[in-house]
Amino acid sequence: MSVFSTVLARDLRLALRQSADSLTVVAFFAIATVLFPFGVGPETNVLARIAGGVLWVTALLAALLSLDRIFAVDFEDGTLDQLVLTGAPLPVVVLAKVCAHWLTTGVPLILVSPILAVTLHLPIAGYVPLVFALLLGTPTVSLVGAVGAALVLGTRRGGVLLSLLVLPLYIPVLIFGTAAVEAALIGRASTPMLSVLAGFMVLALTFSPWATAAALRQAVE
Amino acid sequence: MDAILKYLDMGGYAAWVWPAYGLAAVALGGILFFTLRDLKTREREFEALRSARRGGESSL
Amino acid sequence: MHRFANPTQFMRIANAIYPWAAGLSAILFLVGLPVALVTSPPDYQQGETVRIFYIHVSSAWMMMVVYSAMAGGSAAFLIWRHPMANLVAKASAPMGASFAALTLLTGMLWGQPMWGTFWVWDARLTSTLILFFLYLGYLALGDAFEDSERGDKAAAILALVGSVNLPIIHFSVEWWNTLHQPSIIKMTGFTVDGSILLPLFLMLGAFTSYYVAVLVLRLRSELLAAKIRNARMSQVAVNQAAQPAE
Repeated sequence: MSVFSTVLARDLRLALRQSADSLTVVAFFAIATVLFPFGVGPETNVLARIAGGVLWVTALLAALLSLDRIFAVDFEDGTLDQLVLTGAPLPVVVLAKVCAHWLTTGVPLILVSPILAVTLHLPIAGYVPLVFALLLGTPTVSLVGAVGAALVLGTRRGGVLLSLLVLPLYIPVLIFGTAAVEAALIGRASTPMLSVLAGFMVLALTFSPWATAAALRQAVE
Repeated sequence: MDAILKYLDMGGYAAWVWPAYGLAAVALGGILFFTLRDLKTREREFEALRSARRGGESSL
Repeated sequence: MHRFANPTQFMRIANAIYPWAAGLSAILFLVGLPVALVTSPPDYQQGETVRIFYIHVSSAWMMMVVYSAMAGGSAAFLIWRHPMANLVAKASAPMGASFAALTLLTGMLWGQPMWGTFWVWDARLTSTLILFFLYLGYLALGDAFEDSERGDKAAAILALVGSVNLPIIHFSVEWWNTLHQPSIIKMTGFTVDGSILLPLFLMLGAFTSYYVAVLVLRLRSELLAAKIRNARMSQVAVNQAAQPAE
């Protein structure tokens, strides 16, 4: 079995055993979204206007909360040291772990987003772009987040620090993700924004595994 | 006197121009102050360490 | 390039530059401030607020120069393991963060009389704000480890990741800004009048040479800190070696 599928299968197995973790992330996504009607009032117009942005922001925050799972456990129990020492191609290992992270947090977030969109009165035209934008955007979120997660391994207050490192880098995804939904609502095509999101994903796929691997190497040194 | 007051008024924009220059002075002055303070503290500390070590060696 | 890796050699050059940079900065401030504040005429569009513009543009310029220095230093540190390159990045970061903060604050002071509001989600202001956060992240990450060497490497990687992302962020924010052009506030693209160029260049020069001069001081300070750490560590080692004999 190749390195990629071994690591992926192992991480998925572990995630399945601790499926409560994924559920917590989804629950956070839901509760954070539900806070908005209380904050801005339940008027349909207002909620429909901000639905796309709210869902994107809360999805980013939910994903952020789950990032430390990618490496923290392996770092603490020494699995990471072994992976580095055995000379396994680290970028491939990273890619497999990010893939597992996306499948266990990104995908559940995408699956519940339409339900949450209903509570925010997102107009019907917005659903398809929302799901596609999340499909194309959340892999970038996991990839970029992995760099941050690897950098903060072994720090005090890793979680708060991670948000400071990673959130500014999420702004482009947020801009185009929200714009894809908003374009559909005013009757324009959202394909340009979706292609930009796809472009971001390709860029992140090229750079992030290497940067993460470098960060992991210095973490276990 | 009037000329000075008129100048300080900055064409009615005194409340924006002077604070901007004040902030710049605080920022640049602040960096310089803390840099020099750290440098001085470390120089003293390093001297103390070195003389302590020299003293320790001579007592051996 | 590699001969700069040796701290002694590097500091010899840096110390030779220092008096020139410090002197130039002092002279340019002494000449530039009166020109910027007194002798230069008010702009026909912006009036006297153009004077804010001189330090605003200078600190914006510095915040970008310092980030480039930081990213370049971090790259040289990670690729060739040049310890001095790391110190340049480390010593620059707090200055860059200060320049970014100064850019934001002077921008607000310029925006209030010109646009009628302190803050506009204008593309440049927004990008500056994000750059400020990137600086904060670098500083926070470098500080977060018990082992300062790990902090150096982690922060260097972050600086490089940030520099790859900066153009993307800038492009996104530009695009986002054209999408949501606020209708009340229009950015007036003002024409650069000849009279503002002299004070602007004087202040740009003053800020840049100030950065170079203070950077040398900070490098001296960082090197001393490293020496103190080493001395402390060898002292501990000596004490530990002496322990079993007792």
